Amino acid sequence: MSTSEQTKPGPGPDWESIDQSADFAVLRRRLRTFVFPMTAAFLGWYLLYVLLSAYAHEFMSTKVFGNINVGLIFGLLQFASTFLITWLYARHANRNLDPIADKIRSEIEGDAK
Amino acid sequence: MSMVALAQAGVVAQSKAEAEPLLNIAIFAVFVAITLVIVFRASRSTKTAVDYYAAGHSFTGAQNGIAISGDYLSAASFLGIAGAIAVYGYDGFLYSIGFLVAWLVALLLVAELLRNTGRYTMGDVLAFRMRQRPVRAAASVSTLAVSFFYLLAQMAGAGGLVALLLGVTGKGGQALVIGVVGLIMIVYVVIGGMRGTTWVQIIKATLLIAGALTMTIWVLALNGFNLSNLLGDAAAAAPKGEAILGPGLQYGATATSKLDFISLALALVLGTAGLPHILMRFYTVPTAKEARRSVIWAIALIGIFYLFTLVLGYGAGALVGSKDILAAPGGQNSAAPLLAFELGGTLLLGLIAAVAFATILAVVAGLTITASASFAHDIYANVIKKGEMDDKAQEVRVARITAFVIGALAIGGGIVALGQNIAFLVALAFAVAASANLPTIIYSLFWKKFNTQGALWSIYGGLIVCIGLIILSPAVSGKPTSMLKNADFDIFPLANPGLVSIPVAFFLGWLGTVLSKERNDAKYAEMEVRALTGVGAEKAVVH
Repeated sequence: MSTSEQTKPGPGPDWESIDQSADFAVLRRRLRTFVFPMTAAFLGWYLLYVLLSAYAHEFMSTKVFGNINVGLIFGLLQFASTFLITWLYARHANRNLDPIADKIRSEIEGDAK
Repeated sequence: MSMVALAQAGVVAQSKAEAEPLLNIAIFAVFVAITLVIVFRASRSTKTAVDYYAAGHSFTGAQNGIAISGDYLSAASFLGIAGAIAVYGYDGFLYSIGFLVAWLVALLLVAELLRNTGRYTMGDVLAFRMRQRPVRAAASVSTLAVSFFYLLAQMAGAGGLVALLLGVTGKGGQALVIGVVGLIMIVYVVIGGMRGTTWVQIIKATLLIAGALTMTIWVLALNGFNLSNLLGDAAAAAPKGEAILGPGLQYGATATSKLDFISLALALVLGTAGLPHILMRFYTVPTAKEARRSVIWAIALIGIFYLFTLVLGYGAGALVGSKDILAAPGGQNSAAPLLAFELGGTLLLGLIAAVAFATILAVVAGLTITASASFAHDIYANVIKKGEMDDKAQEVRVARITAFVIGALAIGGGIVALGQNIAFLVALAFAVAASANLPTIIYSLFWKKFNTQGALWSIYGGLIVCIGLIILSPAVSGKPTSMLKNADFDIFPLANPGLVSIPVAFFLGWLGTVLSKERNDAKYAEMEVRALTGVGAEKAVVH
């Protein structure tokens, strides 16, 4: 087993009680309440773009200015939203996930030694 | 240059290029020489399995991010997308958007958790809490399948590029070049391992992005940095006129082709986070935080690059014209090299072609090391030897031998796939990855009840349905553009199977799980804590 090579011999940490601890519950909730809704949001936004490209040719070909049409702007907005979500996640992870994950890890690794 | 002169230059581009094969080969040879030196230097610090598979977990997030974009920006991205936009306009743009948005799945759901729970391969993550021999075998089979499809695409691209540059139109000559590409790639992988391969990716990504940036600025400068003017020129030069600026030219004709478009879009967005050669890159960094940084770098570089391809594609449409592109020996895939010739003559053509070659070489190396690692680590060490092998050097030896075998298969497959659009072939690899790998990875990381039977049903079910539908699709038989032109068994109407095979794989993963009594709550608790906190994850190896 790959992980057994990483685990030190002897009784390891009590994973189930750590898994149910208050700190870990906070970490899990902060991760999941960010990534699940965000995934649903960007997939929905992408799907809207795909469906419009497939079934609303006229709308997407409407010119906004010069030769720039709605479809091109919609496509470029997909780039913008991807960059925005990346930035939001990085900020969320740095502020709200890393400190508590580091705390739990140092508690466990402190125990083991 | 007047428009007439431009048009003439487009027609003679091929013959001019033929006149300078020595220049093209020389530029490419310089790249190969430099990278080989680096690979040999890297081989000195490649001693153990963790060096060979994961470069000792010692790259930084930024380095790995650049290497990821090197692995990801394949010939499909450069030659295929630019060609699709040049010929079909807006519909080609979908590839760029799908390929980019897909990275959010990797960033939010996969990269960090995967880094914390595995060591070298996807099989490690599944084996954490399931019966490891069957799941490792399954993970390895799907890894090999995805790698094979992806390799086909790259090798087909190499053949097309050579056809354009050296005017080698005979099958024999193209096959010879594919053989040479395959051999160089085997040397990279066998000698340099993951460390050497990563440096090749970094160099290649830098060259590719710099080359695309140069051409993008050049094209925009010709249009007074006005995107609207460029689009106007592209529309004026296109046979269908302004239709090229809106969706529908490639996929808008019938209800079936519209469904095909949606199927493709789904495969693109869900495939990335299941690509084994991308997943493996997350193990080359020391921590999950560095894995996150890798993805952020990759998203930035890949996003910018795809904005370039939009300009390059419409630029090729405007300056070269879709008629000349389609008439060139490489077909659609020759749009970017022909555009380079229009802009900077034989020298720029030689440079860009060498970059495209480097791209193919590097991606093929990345795929080969992934496939060989998966076979040696999952199947040989843990299934055949049951994980009781003391001799890690033997495992690495097996990986190196596997790299040879895969290289030979890729050479053979590439010769069969010559002439297909590379972006399309890569899309099939994405469909296989999204069907066979992604459901299992997501379930495994987030669903407590998920078990061995669910994983096996999802991987094998997704794989069989996906590949079965590809075989029965018009991509393989029944149409003038099919691989087998003289056969006709295209029962399934869509060229891309994702719309059916991805939901089926998710469903099978759920069904297999609830029909099995196996539960492993304690192991899941351990895995969840390790995944979210990084406890016990392997650190960087210091030499």
